Amino acid sequence: MKLKSLLIANAVLLGSFALQAHAEDEAQLIKQGEYLSRLGDCMACHTVSGKGDYAGGLAIESNLGTIYSTNITPDKEHGIGNYSEQQFSDAVRKGVLPDGSRLYPAMPYPDYAKISDADMHALYVYFMKGVKPSSEQPPETDLSFPFSQRWGMRFWNWAFTSDKPFQPIGGASEEVNRGAYIVESLGHCGSCHTPRGLGMNEKALDSGDDQFLAGGSLSSWDVPSLRGLPRWSEQEIVDYLQTGRNDKAAVGGEMKSVIEHSSSHMTDADLKAIAAYLKFLGGNPPLQAYNVQKQQATEAKLTAAKGLSEGERLYIDNCGACHFVTGKGAPGIFPELDQATIVNARDPGGLIHTILAGAQQPSTEKAPSTLAMPGFAKRLDDDQVAKLATFIRQGWSNNAPAVTKDQVAEVRKTLKGE
Amino acid sequence: MAQITKKEVDVVVCGLGWAGSLMSIELAMAGLDVRALERGGERDYPDFAYPKPADEYAYNVRNKVFATPKEVAVTVRYNSSQTALPTRKWGAFAPGTGVGGAGMHWTAVLIRPTPTDLKLKTYVDEAYKPGILQEDMRVMDFPFTWEEIEPYYYKFELICGQSGNTGNLRGQILPGGDPFEGPRSEPYPLPALEDTLNNVMFKEAATKLGYHPFPNPSACVSRAWKNPYGNQIAPCNYCGYCSKYPCLNYSKASPQTAVMDALKRMPNFSYEVHAEVVKVVLHDDQKTAKGVIYYDVDGNEVFQPAKIVVLSSFQLYNVRLMLLSGIGKPYNPITEEGVVGRNYAFLSNGGATLFFKDKNFNSYATAGATGQMFNDISPGNFDGPGLGFLGGAKIHSSQATGTPMAAALPKGTPSWGMGYKEGLEEWYNHSMKISITTTCQSYRDIYLDLDPNYTDHRGQPLLRMTFNWKENELKLQQHLKGIVGNIAKELNPDSMSMSFLPMGADFDLTKYVSTHNVGGAVMGDNPKTSALNKYLQSWDVHNVFVPGGNAFPQNFQANPTDTIGAITLMAAQAIKEHYLKNPGPLVQA
Repeated sequence: MKLKSLLIANAVLLGSFALQAHAEDEAQLIKQGEYLSRLGDCMACHTVSGKGDYAGGLAIESNLGTIYSTNITPDKEHGIGNYSEQQFSDAVRKGVLPDGSRLYPAMPYPDYAKISDADMHALYVYFMKGVKPSSEQPPETDLSFPFSQRWGMRFWNWAFTSDKPFQPIGGASEEVNRGAYIVESLGHCGSCHTPRGLGMNEKALDSGDDQFLAGGSLSSWDVPSLRGLPRWSEQEIVDYLQTGRNDKAAVGGEMKSVIEHSSSHMTDADLKAIAAYLKFLGGNPPLQAYNVQKQQATEAKLTAAKGLSEGERLYIDNCGACHFVTGKGAPGIFPELDQATIVNARDPGGLIHTILAGAQQPSTEKAPSTLAMPGFAKRLDDDQVAKLATFIRQGWSNNAPAVTKDQVAEVRKTLKGE
Repeated sequence: MAQITKKEVDVVVCGLGWAGSLMSIELAMAGLDVRALERGGERDYPDFAYPKPADEYAYNVRNKVFATPKEVAVTVRYNSSQTALPTRKWGAFAPGTGVGGAGMHWTAVLIRPTPTDLKLKTYVDEAYKPGILQEDMRVMDFPFTWEEIEPYYYKFELICGQSGNTGNLRGQILPGGDPFEGPRSEPYPLPALEDTLNNVMFKEAATKLGYHPFPNPSACVSRAWKNPYGNQIAPCNYCGYCSKYPCLNYSKASPQTAVMDALKRMPNFSYEVHAEVVKVVLHDDQKTAKGVIYYDVDGNEVFQPAKIVVLSSFQLYNVRLMLLSGIGKPYNPITEEGVVGRNYAFLSNGGATLFFKDKNFNSYATAGATGQMFNDISPGNFDGPGLGFLGGAKIHSSQATGTPMAAALPKGTPSWGMGYKEGLEEWYNHSMKISITTTCQSYRDIYLDLDPNYTDHRGQPLLRMTFNWKENELKLQQHLKGIVGNIAKELNPDSMSMSFLPMGADFDLTKYVSTHNVGGAVMGDNPKTSALNKYLQSWDVHNVFVPGGNAFPQNFQANPTDTIGAITLMAAQAIKEHYLKNPGPLVQA
C-alpha cells in the first residue's frame, strides 16, 4: 500500500515535471522567437505606433504603388491564427499564402528564405503564443495593373529568388558565419544595401557575390556599401547598430527605424558577429581619403573667417556651432562631416534631406539621448542649401561634385510637413 | 470641475527640476512606480533648436522661460512690523518653471562648498570668541560629515560632466585647482573650459596679490560626455546664450540633457505637466501622507494617492506647500518654536566693471560658467574672527555675456537714444568684471510664513518673506570691496565702476542678484530646530521627503546646485536602502 502510493506520487510528480518542462520549453521558445522577430525587424513594417503590436496597416511606398502591411497577430479572423507551421514558413520564406496567392517582395522573403528550420519554429511559436491577437483590419493593398496581378509574382520568384538554405562560408570563423547568417537571412540587410536589378530584385543574395551589400539607392538616398566598412572599427559598427551613433557618424534616414526596432535589441555577441562578418567581406569601393593639408586649409579659413564664400559663411552661421570648424563634430554626439559617407555620396539627396529636414537620434537602451539636428528648410532657400551642401561636399578632405539648386528643389518637394 | 482619484503609485514627485528628476530616476531604477507632477509646461528639444534661443530680448529681458509673478508671487517685507507686499515683477530673484525647472537655464557653475562651510556652527564655536558675532545669528551645521556626502557630490558631478581643475585629490593639493576645496575622492570628470582674456588677466593679478585662482567649475561641459544614466552632453561651443537661456547645443547639464531621456524610457515612470499641486493630504494621525491634491490642465481637482511624497519644487514653494499642508510646525520668530519657515537666507553680489579702450574681450564667446575664481575669502581661510564678521565670498571674473542689451557701459552713458548707441559702439567688448558672490547667514527674525493678506488665484495664502540685510553681511561687503578694489588697481583699467552694499543698506528687491534663495525647511540633527533630518525626511511626516535649497541652514559662497544634487542623491539612496525595507523615521531624534 505504502509502496503503491509512493509510486502514484512519483508518477504524478514525474507527470508534473514533464508538464513543467514542456511549459519551460515553450516559454523559452517564445522568448527565442521574440528575439528572432527583433533580428528580422518584423515590427518595423507590421506595426503602426498607437495600434497593437504586429496589427499591420503600415503604408509602404514602393515603386509599384502603396503596399499595406498585414495583421500578423494570432487573431484567427484578421491575423494569421489559422496558419499551420508549414503555411507560416511558406509565407515567410517563399512569399506564398495558404490560398496560393503571392506576397509582394516588400516582404523580404527572398532573404528570409535562408532562415533555419529551428528559427522558423521558434518564430512560429512566438507569433502564435507570444503575441497578443488583434482584430485590427489593415487596408487592402490595391496596386494598379499589371502590378495588381499578384500571380505575376510567381515568375518574379522563379527568376529572382532561391530556395537554397543558408550556406556557411567555408574557412571563416564561427563568429563570421553567425554574422553572415543574421545579415543574409533575418537581418535582410541586402534588401536596402544590395543594388537592385531591372526587376527591382536584389542583384545578389549572399556573400558569394561581390554585388552583395555593395550599396544601393533608396528614395533618393544613396545607401552605403557595407562591404568591409574601412573607416569604422568593429567596435564602431557595434556602437552604431546598438545606439544609432558612434565616434564618427549618427544615423539618418530609414536606418533610424532599423536601429530603433531591431539592432538596438540585439545581443552584444550578435552585434559583434555582424561587425566581424562585414569586416570579413572584401571588395570595398574606393574611399574619400583623409587629406590633411586640405582638411587644415578649410579649418584655417573658417577660423579666420576672412574672404569666405557664401557656402562657407552659411556653414559658420548654421552648422559650425555643432560640427565645428574642423568638420569633426563631437564623438558620439554630432557626426563628422569630413569624409562622411552621406556627405560624399554620389547622389547628394541624403545630405540635402538632412539639411532641410534635420535628424534626430532614436532613444535606445545604451544611448537614450534623442539628440536632434534642427531642419533648415524654413531658414535657407534652395540656392543657399545648394551652396552650403557644395561647400560641405568639397571642404576638408571631401571631394564630391557640387550641388545645384534644382537638386535641392527636388528634395524639398518630398518633405512632408517638415 | 470634476474630482478625480488616480490609481495609487509608490512615489509622487511634485516638481520636475533637478531634485525631482534625480529622485524620479533613482527611485524608478529601484523598481518603484514613480509619477511626477510639474506645475509648468513641457519643455523639450524642439523649443531649444538652433537658433531659437538666440533671442536676448525674449529670454534675458522678458524672462521667457521663468515662472511669472502671476503664477508664483511671494510677498516681501523688511521686518515683522511691516505689511508685506507681493512681487509683481521679478527683481532680486526669478524662479524657474516647467520640466527641468531652473536647471534648464541655469548658469551651470557646479561647485562644492568647503568642509568648513558645511560645519559652520562648529567653526564659529571654535574660532569666534563669544560676543563677537550678532546675538540673533542662528547658523547651524549640515547634519552629515564630509566623508558621508562626498560620494554623492561626485555622483552628481558625473551626472553633469563637471569640468574643471582638481585642487585637492584625497588630501594632495594639486596645482591649478582650488587648494581650499575639501578632499575629492576622484578628480573632476572633465578638464576645465577654455579661458578668455578677462580670465587670464584676473588670474595673473589675483595670483600676484597672493590669492589662489582656479577655473570656475562648470556643468557646461568641455568635452563630449556620457553620464552614468547613458545620457549625453555635448561639448560647449561658447555661444554666449547661457544663463537664463535653454542651451541650443545640448552642452549644459540640465534635467533635459542629463536625466530625462533615460527616465522617459522607464515604463514605471510617468509625468504630467500643468499639474499644480496644492496640498499634501495627511492621514488622520498626521504621521504619514496619503497623497497629494493637484489641479490638472483642464482644471479638474485630482487626488493622487502615493506611498511616498517628494516635494521637489523650488525652495520657496516647498516651504509654502509644507505650511499649506500642515507638515511640521510653523516657525514662530518670537518664541523661536516651530521649524517650517526658519533659517531663510539669500545672498548678495557686487563687484567692479573695468573698461579698457585697447582690449577686446570677445565677450560674445562664453559659457555661463566661463571664468576664474578664488576661495581665499571663505570661512576659515582668512581672519573673519579678527574682522568681526562671519562669512566670505567667491571672488571671480566671469566672462560677461556679449549679448548687446546686457553689455556694460561706463557711468554717464545715456540709457537710450543716440547717446546709448554711441556708447555701445565705443565700449562694447571693452569691459570685464570682477564679481563677488557672498555667504548669507541665518537670523532669528529672518523667516518665511504664510501671508495673512494676499492669496493666489485659488484663494490660498501667498508665502511671505521677512528679509533684510544684517550688519554682519554689510561688514563682509565692505571687506570685499577693498579686495576687489586692489585687484582692479592691479589691472589698471582706463575707467571703472564699483557696486557694493554700503553699511545701512536695505535689501533691494528690484535688482537681480541670483535665484539662490535657501532655507525655510532645513536639515538638521534636532527636530526642534530643523524640519528635515539628514535624509531630507520630514521629522513629523515620515513618508514626505523635501529635497532642495530649502534644506540649507544658511547660504555658503558656493553656488547651491552641486549640494542640492548631492543631498538629493543621498536621500534617494537612503530611501532605497532603508526606507523601503522599514518605512518610518530614518533618524531617531
